[in-house]
Amino acid sequence: MQDIVNFFLDPTHWQGDTGIPNRLLEHLVISGAAILAATLIAIPIGLYIGHTNRGAGLAINLANIGRAVPSYAMMVIPLPFTLSLAPVLGYSPTFGLNFLPVFLAMTFLAIPPLLVSTYAGLRSVDRDLVEAGRGMGLRERQILNGIELPLASSIIIGGFRTATLQVIATATIGAILAGGGLGRFIFDGLNQGLAGRASIYAGAILVSALAIGVDLVLALVQRRLTPIALRTTATRGRRGSARLPSGDDGAELPASA
Amino acid sequence: MIEGQPLIDFGWIAGHLESIGQRIIQHLQLTIVPLVLGIVISMILAIWAVRQRRAYGPITAITGLLYTIPSLAAFAVLRPITGLSLLTALIPLTTYTLLILFRNFVAGFVAVPADVLEAAEGMGYTRRERLLRVELPLAVPLMIAGVRLASVTTIGLATVAAVLGDTFGGLGQLITEGIQNFFPTKYLLGAALSVVLAFAADYLFVRFERLVTPWAHARAGGR
Amino acid sequence: MTGLATQGAVVQFEHVSKSYDPAATRAKNVPGAVNDLSLTVPAGKICILVGPSGCGKTTSLKMVNRLIEPTSGRITIDGVDITTRELTALRRGIGYVIQQVGLFPHQTIGENVATVPRLLGWPKARLRERSEELMGLVGLDPAKYRDRYPSQLSGGERQRVGVARALAADPPIMLMDEPFGAVDPIVRDRLQNEFLRLQESIAKTILFVTHDIDEAIKMGDLVAVFQTGGILAQFGTPLDILAAPASEFVARFVGQDRGLKRLSLLRVADVELAQAVTARPGDSAADARRRALDDPLRYLLLIDASNRPLGWVSHGDIPAEGVLTERMANPVSPVVNKRTTLKDALSMMLDADVQTGIVVDRTGAVQGLLTIDAVARKMRDGEHAPAFDRLAVEGATGEPGEDEAGSLGSDDPGAGGGPDPLDPVSPLEAGTGQS
Repeated sequence: MQDIVNFFLDPTHWQGDTGIPNRLLEHLVISGAAILAATLIAIPIGLYIGHTNRGAGLAINLANIGRAVPSYAMMVIPLPFTLSLAPVLGYSPTFGLNFLPVFLAMTFLAIPPLLVSTYAGLRSVDRDLVEAGRGMGLRERQILNGIELPLASSIIIGGFRTATLQVIATATIGAILAGGGLGRFIFDGLNQGLAGRASIYAGAILVSALAIGVDLVLALVQRRLTPIALRTTATRGRRGSARLPSGDDGAELPASA
Repeated sequence: MIEGQPLIDFGWIAGHLESIGQRIIQHLQLTIVPLVLGIVISMILAIWAVRQRRAYGPITAITGLLYTIPSLAAFAVLRPITGLSLLTALIPLTTYTLLILFRNFVAGFVAVPADVLEAAEGMGYTRRERLLRVELPLAVPLMIAGVRLASVTTIGLATVAAVLGDTFGGLGQLITEGIQNFFPTKYLLGAALSVVLAFAADYLFVRFERLVTPWAHARAGGR
Repeated sequence: MTGLATQGAVVQFEHVSKSYDPAATRAKNVPGAVNDLSLTVPAGKICILVGPSGCGKTTSLKMVNRLIEPTSGRITIDGVDITTRELTALRRGIGYVIQQVGLFPHQTIGENVATVPRLLGWPKARLRERSEELMGLVGLDPAKYRDRYPSQLSGGERQRVGVARALAADPPIMLMDEPFGAVDPIVRDRLQNEFLRLQESIAKTILFVTHDIDEAIKMGDLVAVFQTGGILAQFGTPLDILAAPASEFVARFVGQDRGLKRLSLLRVADVELAQAVTARPGDSAADARRRALDDPLRYLLLIDASNRPLGWVSHGDIPAEGVLTERMANPVSPVVNKRTTLKDALSMMLDADVQTGIVVDRTGAVQGLLTIDAVARKMRDGEHAPAFDRLAVEGATGEPGEDEAGSLGSDDPGAGGGPDPLDPVSPLEAGTGQS
């Protein structure tokens, strides 16, 4: 216990490339990049299939598949390929154990929850409202932006939450390959045997704090976006006020066809 | 990767079939034990949460919080405590399973239509009969969906457990060793096998669900 | 009907109250509360609980199988206080049908129907047999439906299964909470008719909740009208409610057209028929002219050899000599029989723009004339004990003009409350000899 406190108190741990701030930054950068990439891919597709309900079966099935892939496996599969790219891209092969496969894995793994929650969020909007919009002469895009998105936003953010957590967790593991991020504290600690215990714990604490913190912020955002009427949703299942088990992703993955 | 070496050395694979098989079995152990434990505990908790509506909020909050913790951190934190025994891996794995299953089990119960429950009560089912013969069977689809997700997730998490040390074994072991030794055959094999395992489990549960709930898949209008 | 021999039991409410706020037991306008309800439902009768939403009718219903417990008062079945009986045994002895039916989605129709018998431990073979028997009873082909799942059935079919399920263990009492509310009007009408017909043979005691006054009038032997706050506003036969509403509320709830509603409960047989002055083709015209003067409107009714009506001949149209021929007849009046409701008869007469309808028996022979005056007199007299008993023999024969009010066993308050479900809406078309 005391070791852990000492670890944090040690000023060298706060400086330089291996210091906490830098590792944190690395972690955030790679996580953020992956989330961004996943969002750019998943959201447009999700919006399309959610609004038009076309191709949903295929998309959902793919998402189910994506969900099943172990993250660690996902990371190492592109490894040979990225390593061989190293000469082409002009950096040293030893750095080929770099962040690219981790980034690819994280992006790939973040797509299913985003896609599914976007789709489910749009689907959850009462069709009558959409029809009313059409009847009033709104164009499809206006319907999407003005009606569907606001109502779907809380579910979509829910998926965003899941994706983000997934990404942060994968980045942690990815430190074994990528050489960066908060996971490094854990791995370095493991390599140091007994002396590294403090580092292991510190890393675990830091990573957990990051994850919990981000999740809390996103939860608040999600709550903010939920229309007041839906806040304590009573399900149609029970009399009384059971709350729908939403939470992390808010949208249950629909069963594949 | 060393130049001149083929990407996958099938000869190596052929020569190590036994140890590879061992890894697979270890991995299955790491998956099945947490799943079974998780199902039992979650079922109890879910039934309780459904009866005591007030318990649901706190349980969900706690489990949600625990789920947020990245798996590696969880494994890492336990290692100094429980050492390199299987427990270090099993505790977090079971906990994560629990978190997924609890939410899905409760959702399953909640999805039972109110009119069905009222009819059952009005017709003279005892509480126990109602639970066993009406609520549980109807909650099954969502529950199986939960087990499906949990199994797939656990298989994935079990690969991470190996990172901590070589006593846990499993396919993650293959991957880690492969990376450390710059031996693509090993880590690609480990990765591929874990993916196959996960897909197989997923497919298995999809078929199982179909088998067990013929009523949910009956096509309307067979008149 | 084999297998459903248990006769109905008497259900009695004694000063039953239900309050959700103990401090406000006397409060009116508390939704779902019941306030000092006392009524007795005789065995084998259908008692409708009707009223606006929040009037406590469903709450009262649910107190019988103790899904809701009263705050005070007691309910007895055949004199036995229901709280003295073991709860699940009580419920297994009461058929329960709700609006959304609540069929078990994970069981086949056959299994659903056999639910209570299975709970009671009937042997397997008997379960299946019973299940099929009841499916047939509600009009569902067992071979076709037994192995289907509820999700594969239409709303009307599911309702039938719900009724079959409630009847499976042959309970003496049935509780029905808006059972036909979730289907469209055409299906609802059919279900109501079939249920009434079923009840004729099984005669169970039925408590039936609805918010639809028309359904109440149609289905009920007795009607209990509730008003908001759980207060019983009136309890009586449908005709009582219509002809003599006990309060402003009841009058308003029944609707401004209660006069017409009453007409749908009364039949031609309830009204005094007028005599027609008749003649046959081939009769002497001069003679006919003279006789036509006997009729208040100076019309002669031409009839054929079997006494079937051919049409009217006005006094002015009869030639001074010669014989009457069919061609002189004007077949303008509608033809009704004694079972036609007054509402339908009046409607037909209005359609044809005439004041008189011709009443015939089953062979088509003229029995008398129905005039609008007679109908109005019937309504005015306020005499509302209907002469027509639902189970009476078809087409009561009788001499034209005979006053049949009171002659067909109308003392039983439950009799003749509703229209006969087998009665076709349009009256018997008499062979007018014109074909």
